[in-house]
Amino acid sequence: MITFEQVSKVYGEGHRPALAEVTLQIDRGDFVFLVGPSGSGKSTFLRLVLKEERASRGTVQVAGRDVGRLRSWKVPGLRRQIGVVFQDFRLLADKSVYENVAFALQVLGKPRHVIAQTVPETLGLVGLSGKERRRPHELSGGEQQRVAIARAFVNRPAILLADEPTGNLDPETSVGIMKLLDRINRTGTTIVMATHDDDIVDQMRKRVVELRDGRVVRDEDRGVYGSGR
Amino acid sequence: MRVGFVLGEMFAGLRRNITMTLSVVLVTMVSLFFFGAGLLVQQQVSILKGDWYDRVQVSIFLCGEDSPAEACPEGAITASQRDALRAQLQADPLVDEVFYESQADAFRNFQQMYDTSITANVTTEQLPESFRVRLTDPSRYQEVTAEFVDAAGVEDVPDQRAILEPLFTVLGTATQIALGLAALMLLCSVMLVSTTIRLTAFSRRRETTIMRLVGASRALIQLPFVLEGVIASLLGGLLASAALWAMVHFGVARLRARPGFTTRLIDTHDVLWQTAPLILAVGLVFAIGASLFSLRRWLKV
Ligand SMILES: Nc1ncnc2c1ncn2[C@@H]1O[C@H](COP(=O)(O)OP(=O)(O)O)[C@@H](O)[C@H]1O
Ligand SMILES: [Mg+2]
Repeated sequence: MITFEQVSKVYGEGHRPALAEVTLQIDRGDFVFLVGPSGSGKSTFLRLVLKEERASRGTVQVAGRDVGRLRSWKVPGLRRQIGVVFQDFRLLADKSVYENVAFALQVLGKPRHVIAQTVPETLGLVGLSGKERRRPHELSGGEQQRVAIARAFVNRPAILLADEPTGNLDPETSVGIMKLLDRINRTGTTIVMATHDDDIVDQMRKRVVELRDGRVVRDEDRGVYGSGR
Repeated sequence: MRVGFVLGEMFAGLRRNITMTLSVVLVTMVSLFFFGAGLLVQQQVSILKGDWYDRVQVSIFLCGEDSPAEACPEGAITASQRDALRAQLQADPLVDEVFYESQADAFRNFQQMYDTSITANVTTEQLPESFRVRLTDPSRYQEVTAEFVDAAGVEDVPDQRAILEPLFTVLGTATQIALGLAALMLLCSVMLVSTTIRLTAFSRRRETTIMRLVGASRALIQLPFVLEGVIASLLGGLLASAALWAMVHFGVARLRARPGFTTRLIDTHDVLWQTAPLILAVGLVFAIGASLFSLRRWLKV
């Protein structure tokens, strides 16, 4: 589903590479934790998958497409197959829960009846039924992250990228979010989650890819956060 | 669905930046007003020039009893001098037609042109007889003037350009000033549009980021911004057109109402069918250009 081959990313002249010669394959339906200290290149990896940034060297393939060679007008098509959630939720404050999720479909020009059916369905999946009309500021952090996940998943993408989705949440709430992501993963969605939350990684027992200074230093199935601790 | 979405975003943007929107509208209006005014003055000049060249006749005034001695040392023109002049005119390749206007004809024309308060004090003998000459190429009237001004029996061949040239000069300068101001103001409106877009792009960066990430097309992300600029400048263009229309409607009507005013003038029809569409189109092109340019800079897609 996602293939990195000898991928390096240098942000500017004189900077040390944010990613260095990363070679990695992620298959359809995988659940992968991307771990490593702050600045190790996790977010950069996710941005390369989205073509928010271009690789300096190497090839990035996503869903069978060579992302580096993708024409700019085809980039939206790539992003429609990928959902993203962030640490800071990035909800629209002046829209309700329902509108926030519907927004993702509206801008893709989905017909009204599709939106009317899919949005409540997805809100049910993330456990927010009954809160459709709330504004983001009327929700807890965990609920806001559920809205963000619903928005990322409402178009049923093949891949879901999560950049420290539990970074702003307390441990109990984080567990709820992880259960939700696991449920989404079981529907066949490939999930790549960047995190440095060791408890979560240790509990989930999924594949762990560890980055350090932009290099892959460990790649384990059913791994834990820190091997050396 | 998406049409509604784009329009909704556009109106939200216009409302959110209401002061910026208003400044864009007003600056665009002023710039297009000057642009349109310049065009109208230029149009008036070419009407005047065309009319004038159509009408250009070289008038060769002949010596009479009352002519000043320095112009007519030999006194009134003789019949043979008159015949010689006529023959010379008819042989001239620059001359199309020659009319002779006797003192009696001149007096009759004079009576028709002015009202009785003036004509009552003028007698037939005070008006000179003349040849009125129509030219094959009106723009070469000076050659004909030079040829006949010193001929025997000729009192004067007035240089017609002396009457109209100052007017053309004034109108030409007015055109240049108007177009210069228009260019300056257009520059202002372009800068305002791009500042507005920069501000809007900043205040809407969360929406546009999400749109980008869920895979909205570049056109859809940019359209609300471009439309905001387009609407604002169309409004400005319409206001400018209305102002030009009012200027021509009331200003020209007042001129035309003056007695004895026979010059052809631009009218509101010209404003509606020539100037207004042109300035609207120019406003549109500048707005779209400025929007796309600053979107490239300030909005990542
Ligand atoms: N837009 C950017 N411009 C310049 N340097 C950047 C940019 N984004 C990230 N970096 C640098 O790249 C390295 C990796 O950053 P990042 O991918 O954000 O790591 P992580 O998400 O693991 O904390 C860091 O050294 C960071 O300073
Ligand atoms: Mg990061």
